[in-house]
Amino acid sequence: MMNINSINRKLNKKFGGAVTAELTDNCIVLRGELGDWNAIVDAGLTAATPHSDIHVVNDIVYTGAQPEKMHMPTLNDKALDGDKPDVLVIGGGISGCSVARELSRYKLNVLLIEKEADLALGASGRNDGEVHPGVDLSKGSLKHKYIRRANHMYEELCRELDVPFKRTGQYACFTHKSWLPFVSLYAKWRRDHDGIEDTRIVMGDEIRKKEPKISPDVAFALSNPSSGSVSPYNLVIAYAENAVHNGARVSLNTAVTGMDVHAGEIKAVYTNRGTIYPREVINCAGVYSDVVAQMAQDRFFSIHPRRGTNSILDKKTGASFGTIASVVGAKTPGHTHTKGGGILHTAHDNLLIGPDAVETPERENTATNADSIARVFAKQKITMPTLTEKDIITYFTGVRAPTYEEDFIIEPGRKTKNIYHVAGIQSPGLTTAPAVAQDVAAYVAGLLGAEKNESFDPVRKAPPHLAQMNDAERAELIKKNPDYGVIVCRCEEVSRGEILDALRSPICVPTIDGVKKRVRPGMGRCQGGFCSPIVTKIIAEYLGVPLTEVKKSSEQSPVVFESKKGGRGNA
Amino acid sequence: MHDYDVIVIGGGPAGLAAAVAANESGAKVLIVEREERLGGMLKQCIHDGFGLRTFGERLAGPEYVERYMDRVAQSDIEVACNTFVTRAEKTDGGFAVTLVSREGLRTVTGKSLILATGCRERSAKQVFIHGTRPAGVFTAGTAQHFTNRLGVMPTKKCVILGSGDIGLIMARRLTLEGAEVLSVYEINPTPSGLTRNIYQCLTDYNIPLHLSHTVTRVFGKDRLEAVEVCEVDENYKPIPETAERIECDALIVSVGLIPENELAQSLGVELDRHTGGPVCDAQLMTKVPGIFSCGNALHVNDLVDFVSESGAEAGKNAAAWCGAKQRRVDISIGDEFLYLVPQQLDLDSDNSKTVFYFRSKKVVEKSVLRLKINGEEAWKKTYPFLRPPEMQQLTLDMSKFDIDENSDVRFEIEVVK
Repeated sequence: MMNINSINRKLNKKFGGAVTAELTDNCIVLRGELGDWNAIVDAGLTAATPHSDIHVVNDIVYTGAQPEKMHMPTLNDKALDGDKPDVLVIGGGISGCSVARELSRYKLNVLLIEKEADLALGASGRNDGEVHPGVDLSKGSLKHKYIRRANHMYEELCRELDVPFKRTGQYACFTHKSWLPFVSLYAKWRRDHDGIEDTRIVMGDEIRKKEPKISPDVAFALSNPSSGSVSPYNLVIAYAENAVHNGARVSLNTAVTGMDVHAGEIKAVYTNRGTIYPREVINCAGVYSDVVAQMAQDRFFSIHPRRGTNSILDKKTGASFGTIASVVGAKTPGHTHTKGGGILHTAHDNLLIGPDAVETPERENTATNADSIARVFAKQKITMPTLTEKDIITYFTGVRAPTYEEDFIIEPGRKTKNIYHVAGIQSPGLTTAPAVAQDVAAYVAGLLGAEKNESFDPVRKAPPHLAQMNDAERAELIKKNPDYGVIVCRCEEVSRGEILDALRSPICVPTIDGVKKRVRPGMGRCQGGFCSPIVTKIIAEYLGVPLTEVKKSSEQSPVVFESKKGGRGNA
Repeated sequence: MHDYDVIVIGGGPAGLAAAVAANESGAKVLIVEREERLGGMLKQCIHDGFGLRTFGERLAGPEYVERYMDRVAQSDIEVACNTFVTRAEKTDGGFAVTLVSREGLRTVTGKSLILATGCRERSAKQVFIHGTRPAGVFTAGTAQHFTNRLGVMPTKKCVILGSGDIGLIMARRLTLEGAEVLSVYEINPTPSGLTRNIYQCLTDYNIPLHLSHTVTRVFGKDRLEAVEVCEVDENYKPIPETAERIECDALIVSVGLIPENELAQSLGVELDRHTGGPVCDAQLMTKVPGIFSCGNALHVNDLVDFVSESGAEAGKNAAAWCGAKQRRVDISIGDEFLYLVPQQLDLDSDNSKTVFYFRSKKVVEKSVLRLKINGEEAWKKTYPFLRPPEMQQLTLDMSKFDIDENSDVRFEIEVVK
């Protein structure tokens, strides 16, 4: 099946000897030098067999730019020095946090470390939040293996973890009626062969009865009522909080700097907060998962970062569109590994437009570009003609972490025995996480011979969201805590009480962004113009520090400076 | 029976003037203010220049608004501060407004409603500035809040995008507080703020103003490290070859104000796409009977004096409003206008002193403002020049014209060549 000669022939044809492939340790290792990043990605994809477990390790040197430096915490202490957890989870994204929570069902000492100042700062917090149905997935892939099981888990999971979730349904729209016979066959295949049981064809008029904003040009659509939208960062945070509630520990601003590996075993993990001695390591490091694998001397795959940009529209637009829709088959510029984005009614009732897909050598470059937004809007206006950039309130970019095989890697180390990789997690990795985490935790717990944690409590309570309550409930809460009656963020109607709750939550992230993610001040149409000084003041008062000590996100991101003229500088 | 004759939403200069006027007309009035104290944005406008028109003196913002607050304090107007309107609904012959405060929830009813909800600032993302999301991107109003109300500095070295008045005021303010304001960039070929502010806030402090320039990107993962500035072409498109990177720790944007009318919209009030505020008649009543609009929620004013005047007008009329049926006629405008308020006339009201507010779309030299009724010129006035930043106010006796419900009432601006 895997013929290295045939791969080399293909590479030679494309790159004229600049790139060579070699089968080493059951990996296809690419070597050479190229100045064009897209060519490097192309070489990787050329050498890869989709969903294969023989992975491409792409060691082609990129000569086009200086290598990117990993964003590191400034903190340097010994807080974790000598720590001996049963399980060390590396990465505070959806994979790491869901695994940590599932592990907390067992009697295990679990430590999760995240290098950033908050959880879900990578792709897990910078995606569209879709709970996918799997209509684009074929049998045989890990993505497919988990998608239906996980999709069905969402109601109960989000009830347990108190996370906003909506079963919105999804329409993949087609404008050419002549495609109907083929798409009908496709739908039948997906339903009967691949087990995506809710797939069906819906005609344009029927869609528009429910969703009048969908273009009259839409002739029919593939419909999957099981699609949904979840608040991705709230899900990650909820998982982590529930893990902590059940005994796990989470250490933010903690980066792995190296590992001590002997005889196929990780003996020690070095971090900026001391050396950790775990029995088992779980690699949930997202875009850095291949780097962590390499530190563990267990690299058998490569991540090629892929950017995606989403726009968020004013809530006014969310009121008139309650589903997820995208147009299929319409021309989009450039080759792309996503369905070209879509229009999605978010769990917080905004509309989200996107994402696009752009290959990049930079794992952490989340800077946005104008053309990404223009491209996605141009396409999605076909789905919804009334869509306008004027309704945009914000936009953000995430970097996905695909392998060249474009499937997940969920398996124990190949050479190093006490590591487990949850890598190559990209769309639909948010959807599949709840099921994947169960399996990973069960495997690792079995490996370590852990007993069930009888006192495990699956329920996590989020700070109350008063604006969504009825008057009686709201009045009742304000009676108990008058701070719930003081509205700080006028756009999202967030009270002082809710902000203080976020600060008192199990994983306190006392920053403007940390509070914003948890209870939404600044998420609305004025983007914090009115409330950010008040939120800054509340955080300063809560921490008992001057205003100048309050950060937007990382340690190096102060919001304000001291007044030279002897201003108070404190609350 | 209603709890109040008039409920005023917003305790800034418009709402205060409205409440005072309504109260003087004999109405029982409630002011609802979401912040701890009355005064609105003027609380943080510590520079002077307010009130020349109303009081004949140059007052600081807090001083100006205090005069109205004093009058409120001396009256029997009820004030609910730290109180947020979470819902407003039409009822039989009035309105029910649901209020949230430390005391809990309560619903109050009123015969008429005055929306004095002010405006918000357009954010950096709304003018499509791209790049990272560092600390150090502020609207001018946010920077002003930090500097003037909290006594801390949003920057040590910054650039300002937009020559709107708040941006200009903050250029001076930050300079006086010891920050370095490198430049002000304005995407338009002409300044957006008042001429006096260009001189008093930039020229006097040697702060350069670059017209036809905009900020296209911000850099820095943690705190802002630099911005990219580009010249723009006549279609406002950045010219990539002109891109320049400027090291600084903050970008302060003053790129326009948007009237806040989400509550108005929830009540079915129709908005004018030119102003972003409600479509009103000369009595400042919206198209929903009993709901009035004033101040910057109605349209963005250049001087607070006009804000107060429109507030007083709305207050007086809201108090007098008795639910009479109306006969309204639309007033249309030519393309040369940025906007004109009011957009309608109620033929059964007294329009003998109709106050119009308007702005031209572009800077124009000598121009003639014409009122045409059914295509015929009915009135005209010549202006030596018109500039978008400088709002024009005009009082006209509209009752003297022969207008009925089917009339075509139109204002046009003709530039004299």
